[in-house]
Amino acid sequence: MSKIVLDKVLRKFPDDIIDSHSYVGNETVIIKKEALLKVCSFLKDNRQLMIDMLVDLTCVDYPQETERFMMVYHFYSTENKYRIRIKAPVSEEEPFIDSLTSIWKNANWPEREVYDMYGVKFNDHPDLTRILMYEEFEGHPLRKDYPITKRQPIVGPLN
Amino acid sequence: MGVKNTGIENILGESVVLTRAESILNWARKWSLFQFPFVTACCGMEFMSVYGPHYDAARFGAEYPRFSPRQADLLFVVGTISHKQLPILKNVYDQMSDPKWVISFGACASSGGFYNNYATVQGIDTVIPVDVYIPGCPPRPEAIMDAIIKLQDKIQHEKYQSRKSYPDLGKNNKPGGENE
Repeated sequence: MSKIVLDKVLRKFPDDIIDSHSYVGNETVIIKKEALLKVCSFLKDNRQLMIDMLVDLTCVDYPQETERFMMVYHFYSTENKYRIRIKAPVSEEEPFIDSLTSIWKNANWPEREVYDMYGVKFNDHPDLTRILMYEEFEGHPLRKDYPITKRQPIVGPLN
Repeated sequence: MGVKNTGIENILGESVVLTRAESILNWARKWSLFQFPFVTACCGMEFMSVYGPHYDAARFGAEYPRFSPRQADLLFVVGTISHKQLPILKNVYDQMSDPKWVISFGACASSGGFYNNYATVQGIDTVIPVDVYIPGCPPRPEAIMDAIIKLQDKIQHEKYQSRKSYPDLGKNNKPGGENE
């Protein structure tokens, strides 16, 4: 049903596409992280698609991959009921990607969560600080190499 | 209550009741537990039902919540405590004036429950002393009333000045608001 969105993105940005697939209604485009802002601007501004909602953004840690983190963005059109998923790989050595807050204001807190949990940093984010963990917390707990038994209490003993 | 058959009852008749100071003090304390609800998670729903009219915790003299810890006797720790939340709980406990009691409400507060991860405290008794633990996820209202009755029983049998200051459980764990 959202194949039209996928086709439009593939036609518009042929040089920035790494991969794409469409399976049982899951339209996914994997793009280079440098192209994130222009792809998202295109989706939002296109009068035919009318993608008007950033549903969620999150991150996945694939420690075995060369580019370790995969940013995942879900978009939705309340008008046309289109759904599209944009993914962008981010490497551990350069954990930077452009912030979507200039286009979608609701990206603010999810991006802070991704920064808190995975350590991916967002360029031009208005307030890139931890949102869930406390200031004293070291590391990023949802990274696969964070020790599963590691505790960092502020008060009291390790338990 | 405490003293029996001293012969003085025969003289005074039923106009006087004799007891020990400790006994009447504990009796007064156990029927006037002003509680501070430290509610953080889903156990709060069961807590609310117990403190509503249906189960009516007022029967145990423990219905009146004080939202200042300085006026509270009984700290109800209801729900999951994260490491981020723990300094606040510690502060609340330190601000309560003696004598004070703590009820650990539900699996999470007692042991961390099924949250054995980077964020969750594995039982509040690692930092503050607990008098009664209530198991359950969340506990039934009957279990909560049972806990209040058990706490009343414990208070009734407390000896004067038998309460000790709680042990130093951690390196930063000093009373007096150093963790603010």
